[in-house]
Amino acid sequence: MMSKLQIETSTMEIPKVKSENRFLNFWRQFRKKKPALFSLYFVFLLLLTMVIGPHIVPYDPAEPNYNRLLEFPTLDHLFGTDEYGRDILSRIIVGARITLSVSVSAVLLGTVVGTVLGLVSGFFGKWVDKAIMRICDVLFAFPDLILAIGIVAILGPGVRNVIIAVAFFNIPSFARIVRGATLEVKEMLFVESARSVGASTTRIVWKHIFPETIPVIIVYFTMNVGTAILSAASLSFLGLGADPSSSDWGAMLSMSRDYIGSSFHLVFFPGLVIFLTVLAFNLLGDGLRDVLDPKTND
Amino acid sequence: MWQYIIKRILGLIPLLLVISFVIFMFIHLIPGDPARLMAGKDATLEEVEEVRQSLGLHEPFVKQYISYMGNLLQGDLGYSIKSGAPVVDLILDRVMPTLGLTFLSIIWALVIGILIGVLSAVFRDKWPDRLGMLTAVSGISLPNFWLGLVLIQLFSVQLGLFPTGGDDAGWKSYILPSFALGAGIMAMIARFTRSSLVNTLKQEFIRTGRAKGLSGTSIVFGHALKNSLIPVVTVAGLQFGFLLGGSVVVETVFSFPGLGRLLIDSIQFRDYPVIQAEILFFSLQFILVNLLVDILYSYLNPKIRYD
Amino acid sequence: MGSLLQVNNLKTGFHTEDGMQTVITGIDFEVNHGEIVGLVGESGSGKSVTSLSIMQLLHDTPGEIIDGEIIYKGEDLLKLSEKKMRQYRGNELSMIFQEPMTSLNPVMKIGKQIIETISLHLNMSGQKAKQHAVSMLESVGIPRAKDIMNEYPHQLSGGMRQRVMIAMQISCNPSLLIADEPTTALDVTIQAQILDLLKDIQEKTNMGILMITHDLGVVAEICDRVIVMYAGRIVEQATVKEIFNNPKHPYTKGLIDSIPKIGAGLDELYSIPGAVPSPKNMPKGCKFAPRCEHVMDICNLEEPALAMENGRSSRCWLTQEQSQQEGVVGHGQ
Ligand SMILES: Nc1ncnc2c1ncn2[C@@H]1O[C@H](COP(=O)(O)OP(=O)(O)O)[C@@H](O)[C@H]1O
Ligand code: SF4
Ligand SMILES: [Mg+2]
Repeated sequence: MMSKLQIETSTMEIPKVKSENRFLNFWRQFRKKKPALFSLYFVFLLLLTMVIGPHIVPYDPAEPNYNRLLEFPTLDHLFGTDEYGRDILSRIIVGARITLSVSVSAVLLGTVVGTVLGLVSGFFGKWVDKAIMRICDVLFAFPDLILAIGIVAILGPGVRNVIIAVAFFNIPSFARIVRGATLEVKEMLFVESARSVGASTTRIVWKHIFPETIPVIIVYFTMNVGTAILSAASLSFLGLGADPSSSDWGAMLSMSRDYIGSSFHLVFFPGLVIFLTVLAFNLLGDGLRDVLDPKTND
Repeated sequence: MWQYIIKRILGLIPLLLVISFVIFMFIHLIPGDPARLMAGKDATLEEVEEVRQSLGLHEPFVKQYISYMGNLLQGDLGYSIKSGAPVVDLILDRVMPTLGLTFLSIIWALVIGILIGVLSAVFRDKWPDRLGMLTAVSGISLPNFWLGLVLIQLFSVQLGLFPTGGDDAGWKSYILPSFALGAGIMAMIARFTRSSLVNTLKQEFIRTGRAKGLSGTSIVFGHALKNSLIPVVTVAGLQFGFLLGGSVVVETVFSFPGLGRLLIDSIQFRDYPVIQAEILFFSLQFILVNLLVDILYSYLNPKIRYD
Repeated sequence: MGSLLQVNNLKTGFHTEDGMQTVITGIDFEVNHGEIVGLVGESGSGKSVTSLSIMQLLHDTPGEIIDGEIIYKGEDLLKLSEKKMRQYRGNELSMIFQEPMTSLNPVMKIGKQIIETISLHLNMSGQKAKQHAVSMLESVGIPRAKDIMNEYPHQLSGGMRQRVMIAMQISCNPSLLIADEPTTALDVTIQAQILDLLKDIQEKTNMGILMITHDLGVVAEICDRVIVMYAGRIVEQATVKEIFNNPKHPYTKGLIDSIPKIGAGLDELYSIPGAVPSPKNMPKGCKFAPRCEHVMDICNLEEPALAMENGRSSRCWLTQEQSQQEGVVGHGQ
């Protein structure tokens, strides 16, 4: 009885002790990756904009000004004004909230569902694994954006449905990645020993396997947010996403397409901001992968 | 080899069945009454009933599925609600422009992507590598609709070199859209070629090549590249789905009369039979390309080819 | 027998995060025409780095030759341009490697890999080069040589692959062949066949062979002379007969005791306790001191020099105590 208890506690400690050292270790290595570090700052700045954006805008983003329609960028209006004379910079600042929250929540939803499926699949193996992997195969058989368009076609346009659609194509990739990581962890000794002392299955999965897969999940979460921003923006651009009159970045582009040629700044700035945001998430993801998941590194 | 190909094709049958079922379910998943939705807001009761009859929605579920599969196997995809034309005809009309566009995109994505990847790997950690990889990560991050609009502004509006859209100007209509469509895949191929080649260059047979007296160029192009491109083929295939999705967006930007544009128009008109058929078509194309890639992969890899 | 290869004060190091780390610390040895010289030492002693330095094949590693001369047929290879050096590799000096599984290009037909070498260095046209390749394969004892030309490496066994490798690397009739653990990855019976083959080739062509191995058993089989390496240094040098009859250095004795004896079980296999020190944690005095049975006070303080005596040399305070007291030998680095 005594020895059982000791094993139980020691298997519980392992991941915890590791994770503290791990974070310091991680940060020391991550700091050296300059592009990733700057991207991290940029992402923090974006998150800050999401929170305080509406309070720091130079102009009311919804207020039309018919005296200053389609003005080129000036010191007053750094990014110029749109077809209603609204300040484009202010609209972009406010739009960060919609654009980012749609993508982040979509990936989050996909990650949670995918991770649970992956854990279950990897841990139980046998027919459960087979069934889940077949479902993933079916999801994989649809090209990402086509799947999303199909889902929106069924559910109708709108932000909520875009979140569901984008979440959907994140599920299979997370399920596969987490399944792979789970299989690896399962091989490791401490799961065996936890099992031999009779810890319950959910407990093993939750306390021992899940923590080990977190680094991989973080890496792919970050990378997928970049892709999700692009997908959500594409849907908005196609008129299937956010309300076209909102200041969602994709919607802004969609509305201003007609002004290309005469007032290119309407198209240029929202697109540039999307590009830089996605770039930041991708560079951050690359840096995280180099440090957290060195296997896939070259 | 033939055995392998046949086995792979037979292995796809269950997946195809499931997918056709999922797509059959498509209309049934629409919340509310699909017939009412398709007939439009102002439709009279008779008109709604007419749509219901024409789609067979009044039949029992199982019977609907059987006749759907029967029609599908005979190449009958139903009729467009908007124009009444057979869906097959609508799709066949649009296939060639889209195929041309995707084909052109993948060609130059491969050529430029592999070139950048090779240069980056050969000059690893030097400036060509940094420049190449910066280009690549930017390419992956570029929204293709924005890239398309920037290209139009630059090359059509400012320089007047290419048309702003449509496909009436022959090959010239294909240049800008294929560029916008291929940029993302080009970037992914560049990254993957680089890491694959870097790995290959670490392998021992490379040292053997050097011990034979081969020059660096002969080693990279004569020995390393073929080994590295075998996995790149697979990636290119997987990214093909990305290209299909992208074609919808890019065709919208360039008002290009292809399948993608048809899909978006059909969604706006709630022309569900067309949407349904298009999604089926896109997935089949994706599965087919992946099958071809698998076969090509096993052909290129002597270890598989001779076993 | 004249000197074919003469290595003088070769120093090679690796660029690491903590700066340049010297791995080969100034070694001297020679290989004569028609001689098989064994280079022996445990894994990590610096044998491969030495051979790659001679071939100047450190391109794809962070390694660099820091100092020294590599005189081949009277010419310092380190002074040659890379282009000139390329004409020598595979032609004048060749090298075969340990892993026959991974040392051949998996996606190129065997025939093409051999013909590539031939057409690079010999002035032979397509058909002639092909005939030469087939005859090379036959000369290393490969049956069905013509068919094998059209096969891929994975279709052959490890021993056959190593024969292909040998055929390829001697196809241009080099004067020096460096074989880096050519039999380590093979079964015992195949090992013996490959060693016989190398001996055979050497007798026919009079090429010099630098035979790298961690197994003194291999040395006993085919070598004329032995160089024992430890921690990037030469610690003993003598003829094969002398080494086995009267090893001077305790490390050499340990290696001799580690040779697997026929009929002995695995549990009776001796190995020297401890491991080769890494370049980062080199002991101050004799590099072998932490593992040596005979360690004395001076061993920990100062490294003994490589002392010559009757044509053989050893780097150990035991053998040079008297001479050291007489002040004949200089101090080690
Ligand atoms: N690519 C490399 N990078 C850094 N150090 C290396 C590299 N290759 C070899 N070394 C160092 O050189 C030393 C000798 O290695 P090696 O010549 O391969 O030994 P051996 O062939 O005798 O087993 C080792 O201590 C190793 O640390
Ligand atoms: S010098 Fe001393 S420690 Fe080194 S081998 Fe000789 S006796 Fe042993
Ligand atoms: Mg070695």
